[in-house]
Amino acid sequence: MQTSGPANPEASTSERARRQSAVVAALGAVLPAHALLWQPEDTVPYECDGLTAYRRQPLVVVLPETEAQVAAVLKACHALQVPVVARGAGTGLSGGALPHAMGVTLSLAKFNRILAVDPYSRTATVQCGVRNLAISEAAAPHGLYYAPDPSSQIACTIGGNVAENSGGVHCLKYGLTLHNVLRVRGFTVEGEPVEFGSAALDVPGLDLMPVIVGSEGMLAVTIEVTVKLVPKPKLARCIMASFDDIRKAGDAVAAIIAAGIIPAGLEMMDKPMTAAVEDYVHANYDLTAEAILLCESDGTPEEVAEEIGRMQDVLVGAGATRMEVSRDEAQRLRFWSGRKNAFPASGRISPDYMCMDSTIPRKRLADILIAIAGMEKKYGLRCANVFHAGDGNLHPLILFDANDPDQLHRCELFGADILETSVRLGGTVTGEHGVGIEKLNSMCVQFTPEENAQMLALKRAFDPLELLNPGKVIPTLHRCAEYGKMHVSKGLLPFPELERF
Amino acid sequence: MADLALQRLIDQIQTARSQQAALDIRGGGTKAFYGEAPQGDPLDVRPLAGISSYEPSELVVTVRAGTPLAELEAVLAEQGQCLPFEPPRFRPDIKNQGSEPHGGTVGGMVAAGLSGPARAAVGSVRDYVLGATMLNGNGELLSFGGQVMKNVAGYDVSRVLAGSMGILGVICEVSLKVLPMPVATATLRFEFDAATALRQLNEWGKDPLPINASAWWDGTLVLRLAGAAAAVESARAQLGGELVDAAMAAGFWTGLRDHGDEFFAGAAKAVDGGATLWRLSVPQTAPPLKLPGQQLVEWGGAQRWLCTPLPAVQVRQAAASAQGHAVLFRGTDKRIGVFGPLSAPLLRIHRDLKKAFDPAAVFNRGRLIPEL
Repeated sequence: MQTSGPANPEASTSERARRQSAVVAALGAVLPAHALLWQPEDTVPYECDGLTAYRRQPLVVVLPETEAQVAAVLKACHALQVPVVARGAGTGLSGGALPHAMGVTLSLAKFNRILAVDPYSRTATVQCGVRNLAISEAAAPHGLYYAPDPSSQIACTIGGNVAENSGGVHCLKYGLTLHNVLRVRGFTVEGEPVEFGSAALDVPGLDLMPVIVGSEGMLAVTIEVTVKLVPKPKLARCIMASFDDIRKAGDAVAAIIAAGIIPAGLEMMDKPMTAAVEDYVHANYDLTAEAILLCESDGTPEEVAEEIGRMQDVLVGAGATRMEVSRDEAQRLRFWSGRKNAFPASGRISPDYMCMDSTIPRKRLADILIAIAGMEKKYGLRCANVFHAGDGNLHPLILFDANDPDQLHRCELFGADILETSVRLGGTVTGEHGVGIEKLNSMCVQFTPEENAQMLALKRAFDPLELLNPGKVIPTLHRCAEYGKMHVSKGLLPFPELERF
Repeated sequence: MADLALQRLIDQIQTARSQQAALDIRGGGTKAFYGEAPQGDPLDVRPLAGISSYEPSELVVTVRAGTPLAELEAVLAEQGQCLPFEPPRFRPDIKNQGSEPHGGTVGGMVAAGLSGPARAAVGSVRDYVLGATMLNGNGELLSFGGQVMKNVAGYDVSRVLAGSMGILGVICEVSLKVLPMPVATATLRFEFDAATALRQLNEWGKDPLPINASAWWDGTLVLRLAGAAAAVESARAQLGGELVDAAMAAGFWTGLRDHGDEFFAGAAKAVDGGATLWRLSVPQTAPPLKLPGQQLVEWGGAQRWLCTPLPAVQVRQAAASAQGHAVLFRGTDKRIGVFGPLSAPLLRIHRDLKKAFDPAAVFNRGRLIPEL
């Protein structure tokens, strides 16, 4: 079973002990004793993030309480050339916060204060360890909220959201973390204060926010984030539509978009997933449907009435076999309860599950689902599917038993097959969960050696010694060569016109 | 597949690199005035043209960088879709001999990173870039991002190209998110002084109103609503103001977007007379900036155009004290630097990024930051 995990940077026990005492001595000089953990029993809770199949014992864990302490930790680690892995709530699903065996895990959990909620500018400035949902709760008295809503929003932190560019069910209409963050303040790997973005809408020089957001802790350490708040819609209503054929459901999604409608949420569940969640939440889902679509409209009552009408027309035209529109907020939340609980519901029908996160062009939805059905037979494992259908982001949940090494192995092959098929269909290996450690091999399929080298060069521009979360996101050439699968060519798309020369 | 247009670009880059020469990446040349002065031999991207794929139901178009922006917009309009961020379409500069009558290109739109009146409501060019294929300074063809809405595989290099002024590489092809044109629009007009207009805009922002663009100049605030017919109708009733005739309104917003309206025409004359046109990017809640000259306020208060004879240092100071920055948009004396200063750690990161993408400094030397 251990053989399937990523290679753990090996070091002899004595070398590790020497390293550990040097790091503890250096960090002990800048941190109070209670903020520095290195005894194995103290560091166990930090061995993994939400991707529990991968575990590593960190050399040292620090829990600084002030920015000065963060800067001092970074300076000390930089001087000793010790890797630093920043960590928020540890809810990430790709192993982005997996510790480095010879490095320091920098827990930012103590940075959990909401510094300002300003209704006039519709912004909130919060420390990195503030939970996603806590921002919306603090903004609620002003009729405002923070739009990106990953399923883990009750626990995940804004710092982690920035690291992963988190999405959620409403990002089709309201955008990802990147689109909702104005400013990120933090430290460089050397412990120097740095600020990306500003209180204005743009900055001089390169706009580095798109690489900082989604950088998985590899470019800088985020301490404080200013986010945009948006007015809470006066009303939201949801249509639940059943389809007797998965292809019809996929075509319905495309038809809604083609009709010029951008729903507030547009989600799909397949039959096995619907059965699993119905058993868990009892929301009265249609268990005979091959696929269920949840299609939400928000805005003023007039706007919602108009849009719901247009969406119903499209869904009927696309062959919906049953349709129900939420009458009130309680019913709307019940419609969503199954979708939001897809992961725990899967946990009840299987000892373990692995959640994939690829994105494909919407029109290939039926193709990928049919391909996944074939893979279930090939790898002898079941798979249930939930899908951010509106933006093509698929979450197949492969069901397996981690106590059976062969099942884990087949599950990993199954997962890699889904990711690589997604790339071949014109998509990407990760829509919102990040590459972390989990999808390093699949990065070899999506990017050429030159592209990976360019991204590594970009990292070195921020972090010349490669000390911030090293070994994540960008695979080494050696790793790709060992993985041995061909890169799927993207390049320039075929030229649509005749040659001009 | 042989692609002569692409191969020629690569050959030119390799030649320039071996001779340690500089290249000035060019599309339609309509924004040659913008940024620091171009240096080096032109690298014409226009032969790399054409729409590679467009599927309206995917809300994605993939287009080669040399494609005229006008051509792309016409193709989108046929399907009732648009580039919601309204990139400006500057008229060919008669003083600039390289400019062509067909106007700016898609590559230039991304590289300049300029967005129009709807920017505060809908996002910027950057927010609509989904992926890009580029040539780096080694002449390597690289693709980042993709054609899907959600994509966190690797660093999002494609979006950093927006507003990069070509210093990282040659944009060859981009995939852009597009959106349906709004079902309904309405333009309202209010007589407000600057302080009242700014306060109102920020107050309105707290409500879920379909405000899509705003412009204040010389005692008049003009507001554009866009969205579902019912939403526009109810917002009109709530906001009051005077409804502007639809055709006149369309002309006004187009003029504003393309800098052809009265304010910018006046600014062009003033610039010829020695004044400078500045673009101040400030928090939208910043109070009115008390500076001599003409001011036009857009983006709910976040973008303030200032045409003034005031010394550059004073404009920069005013922008900085409002927690923003000032871009020297049009003017003859650019000694102070077009884009304003960077903090020490950011400048170091910029330097190292330039080296990482373009080690021999082939592309657009000095165009974004004089020393890079």
